Amino acid sequence: MSDSLLEISNLRIALNGDSDKQVVKGLNLKIQPGQTMCLVGESGSGKSLSALATMGLLPKVLSPLEGSSIRLKGEELLGASPGRMRNLRATAMSMIFQEPMTALNPVARVGQQIEEVLEFHSDLGQSERRRKTLEMMDAVHLPDIEKLYRSFPHQLSGGQRQRIMIAMALIMRPQLLIADEPTTALDVTTQAQILTLIRELREQQGSAVLFITHDMGVVSEIADDVTVLKLGEVMETQNVDNLLRHPQTDYTRDLLRSVPSQVPRPPRSDRSEKIVLKTDDLCKTYGGTGLIFKSREVKAAQDVSLKLMQGRTLGIVGESGSGKSTVARCIMRLIDPTSGSITVGGQDIATLSQKELKPQRKNIQIVFQDPMRSLNPRIEVGQSIIEGPLNFGVSQEAAMARARELLELVGLPASAVDRFPHQFSGGQRQRIAIARALAMDPDVLVADEAVSALDVSVQAQVLDLLAELQERLGLGILFITHDLGVAAQICDEVMVMQFGRVVEYGPAAQVLGQPQQDYTKALIAAAPGRHWDFANFRPFAESAPAAGG
Amino acid sequence: MIGYIFQRILAAVPVMGFVALFVFLLLRLTPGDPAAIIAGDTATPAQLEAIRDSLGLNDPMLVQFFTWIGRLLQGDFGTSILSGKPVIELIEARMEPTISLALTTITLSVVIAVPLGVIAAWKHGTLIDRFVMLLSVLGFSIPVFVIGYLMISLFSMELKWFPVQGFRPIGDGVGDFLERIALPTFTLTLLYIALIARITRTSMLEILGDDYIRTARAKGLPESRVLMRHALRNCSVPIITVIGIGFALIISGVVVTESVFNLPGLGRLTVDAVLARDYPVIQAVILLASLIYVVINLLIDIAYVLLDPRIRYS
Amino acid sequence: MTDQTTATVAAPPRDTTTALTRVREIVTSSPIVLLATVLLAIVVLSAIFATWVVPHDPVRLTPSERLKPPSDTYWLGTDAFGRDLFSRIVTGGRISLVVGVGAAIAAVFAGLVLGLLAGYIRWLDAVLMRMVDGLMAIPNVLLAIAIVSLWGASLWTVLVAITIPEVPRVVRLVRSVVLSAREEPYVEAAIAAGSSTWLIMRRHLVPNTVAPLIIQGTYICASAILTEAILSFLGAGINPETPSWGNIMAEGRIYFQINPGIVLWPGLIVSVAILSINLLGDAVRDALDPRMAQRGIDR
Repeated sequence: MSDSLLEISNLRIALNGDSDKQVVKGLNLKIQPGQTMCLVGESGSGKSLSALATMGLLPKVLSPLEGSSIRLKGEELLGASPGRMRNLRATAMSMIFQEPMTALNPVARVGQQIEEVLEFHSDLGQSERRRKTLEMMDAVHLPDIEKLYRSFPHQLSGGQRQRIMIAMALIMRPQLLIADEPTTALDVTTQAQILTLIRELREQQGSAVLFITHDMGVVSEIADDVTVLKLGEVMETQNVDNLLRHPQTDYTRDLLRSVPSQVPRPPRSDRSEKIVLKTDDLCKTYGGTGLIFKSREVKAAQDVSLKLMQGRTLGIVGESGSGKSTVARCIMRLIDPTSGSITVGGQDIATLSQKELKPQRKNIQIVFQDPMRSLNPRIEVGQSIIEGPLNFGVSQEAAMARARELLELVGLPASAVDRFPHQFSGGQRQRIAIARALAMDPDVLVADEAVSALDVSVQAQVLDLLAELQERLGLGILFITHDLGVAAQICDEVMVMQFGRVVEYGPAAQVLGQPQQDYTKALIAAAPGRHWDFANFRPFAESAPAAGG
Repeated sequence: MIGYIFQRILAAVPVMGFVALFVFLLLRLTPGDPAAIIAGDTATPAQLEAIRDSLGLNDPMLVQFFTWIGRLLQGDFGTSILSGKPVIELIEARMEPTISLALTTITLSVVIAVPLGVIAAWKHGTLIDRFVMLLSVLGFSIPVFVIGYLMISLFSMELKWFPVQGFRPIGDGVGDFLERIALPTFTLTLLYIALIARITRTSMLEILGDDYIRTARAKGLPESRVLMRHALRNCSVPIITVIGIGFALIISGVVVTESVFNLPGLGRLTVDAVLARDYPVIQAVILLASLIYVVINLLIDIAYVLLDPRIRYS
Repeated sequence: MTDQTTATVAAPPRDTTTALTRVREIVTSSPIVLLATVLLAIVVLSAIFATWVVPHDPVRLTPSERLKPPSDTYWLGTDAFGRDLFSRIVTGGRISLVVGVGAAIAAVFAGLVLGLLAGYIRWLDAVLMRMVDGLMAIPNVLLAIAIVSLWGASLWTVLVAITIPEVPRVVRLVRSVVLSAREEPYVEAAIAAGSSTWLIMRRHLVPNTVAPLIIQGTYICASAILTEAILSFLGAGINPETPSWGNIMAEGRIYFQINPGIVLWPGLIVSVAILSINLLGDAVRDALDPRMAQRGIDR
């Protein structure tokens, strides 16, 4: 097919050129001009590496094997000279990355970083280059472009930084734009804007987009065609509508079923009125001190009042900087609240000293976001689990026996007690972290973005586990998340936060179903793929009235 | 930004205070009579009493400390036991060779070491890289005076390219000055080259793995531009930091080098003072060297403002 | 070696390899490291067993044999007092090694304690770090000679004088490891589990400092041997009657033009010893610090 813009055939990428260590195993892909192709996969699927191979930017230790081919407009890129590749980059193909903060040079002005592309790929004079740069900054809808031109990356917001990246990538009007998870690091409202921008520029410039993502919601918003990858192998390639309606492989089906639905769960009948956690007017203010210069005050959380009943789940939802994690850390007393009260186990713990606090510690436990860092890599899993009980006088044998039980409870073999964290996957480690929290028999479990770092299929399993444990043990769960879908799936009540303040607080069905506040509405409207009922392979519009909606 | 600079200056004050306190306590806490230590073995009781009086040893510690600090701030560093002259005069007379040697060494080292480090990082894992690494380990391992004597035996005694010893002020002619300062500079520079080349290579390696370097390459920029504009520019902070911290090493090296090449600088003054146990001189040299170190590092802290916009605008 | 200021939390132990195989891996990681190990072993062993190894009494004065060139009797010649240079160099290694190892252990221990305190107690941190900055501002040779000149030269004062300037860097290292490890969720989980500060330090923080401290310890050992040589060379070292590498060179200075070997031979040995220790330190660092593992982008 000579009309393909990009044609990747039998791409195999291996570690150290060793064909037994393939991370991409025979990728075939064709992109027509003007088309958006989504490359979807979980971590380890090789989706980003395929993109880097196209750009010729693979890390040194990885290389394409003999027989692989990547053709751009018919020209073979693998084996092209470094000089040729440099000429093609930015002019024929360009790439934007996941983390716009680290992808921009922190010590150079953003305008100059864009202009630099013109310096090397055009004959324009200095004033022409500047004019064109400003034009491009305008085209990506940046405000106050003259001022932003002279700004440094850290002075911009995440969305603005990604717009700069896009301007940089598209200023030479390349026919192919490779976008590697470009919205993953952004808040949901910013994500929606960036997706709109990419669509808009694609239409204006007629370029094709190779869009890499793990998020089916994003896929449903932007893709024409979709290629699903699993562990370096292609599962299927289909038109987006067909894929979402009629997935051909079990893997894709499972993937779609794991996507949390945006529709709130049906309310549960109240089983208990026992309050296990309560805060009143909780405030946390940073800064405002300093010997000579008062540092700027930041109100990370203001007047947060919440109530959590036994056996119920309260979700705190918000974008970055909303103060949701600050609230969780105050409640755990990992940081000290500035004012307000925190009632756990019938006692106000907000102002207790660490010593006075200790007896209350067992009532409330936490699971953190990053599974790689939440267990001490040097000690056996069992030792991590029993550390808490030992502090409260449980005997070594009894605590260890309990640890074995708990590991089985969270779906791991009891023999895991003798193993080290690095022998487990991310999802398994998160299960271990849950077991560690449960070892204290807490009334309250705080889950601080506890499933955010996990692949969607693993995430679904961990959420199921939490629901099951709650059912069995009557735990109250305080669930901190940025993901409305996740919140909708497991929360009885939802609190929406913005800039440290509570925007809306009430039953999940009400807050997520009939939001009253503009911000909540905007948040829900921005959630990608909200029209799709992925688990049932159809759009909501075609389904029966959503249960409990 | 003004706030930042002011903060740095304020932070430097307690550092200098601790140096002074340390130097003060070093003498006072020495077992035995400080006056006897200062006066030496041949002192008469009258001399001892005079010294005790001038140090205020009969006063309470705190009073002694603040009296002493007060004198220091007025430029009174005491009197040399050996020569009987005010220490400050001795120091002034010996400044030029030391400053000359320090400056020539720093300049030469930076000019050689930064490119070496950049190339080593760029050609990571190749022979060039290994050579630079070996050179830097050598620089850390061979005592400065051994290098000095090797230089003398090779360049002065065998090849007779340079005079063995001595110093000429730059005012007597640049040629003469350079001829005499060359060997001491070559001697001292190896250690400093090792230090700077190593940090340059390490930070370059780290930065070459950063995302924005990938972005720069994705823009299709030539490798030279990626290295100099994007990578090296971001290395400047760790590099100048090490130059500042390494200043203490330079001073230590200068003391030794001056001794080998018989340069009439502060280093010689110190060594002579040590041999004669002339503590007021030692104390003054330590205070002065530390002060210069603190000031240089303060200037470097302020220079960060120019190099890293994240500091400038926060 | 001063680029150790930024610390990393080292790799978790690979449970399949024992400490011994780990050491073997490190030593044989490159021919240069292997050579360094062998040379160092020779120097260390010959110093320990100097009494039996040396051909002549290193301190006996033989005025008739002064400043002899190298010969079958005196392999490297004799010094200004007619003492056998080779015997003196071999014996002189003892002082250097005692000072090197002693300073490394003392500085690491002191630095560990102070660094832990600084990393964990807020108000103490401010004070300690200013002190550390103050100590680092004083050039180490100046500080050491001041201490020795006040307290008099003995093995103990020299050891203390060399150790003190090494402590600040260890404090900084330990503190930075502790500060970064404190932010780890597993430490916060331990806090939430009601673990005492002491337990958290012992269990979760101190193990992270072991690898960086081993590396730093080797560098301090090298640096201490260097400083000892410099002190002796400047005349502020251990009593000249006891041979040490620095002493031998100091005494040889005035005869340099007659017999350069008196300075250059001990200079060579001290350089080889320090070089070997540094190379071993680098090899240990490469093995323990995964951050320095190869990376980079193909061009």
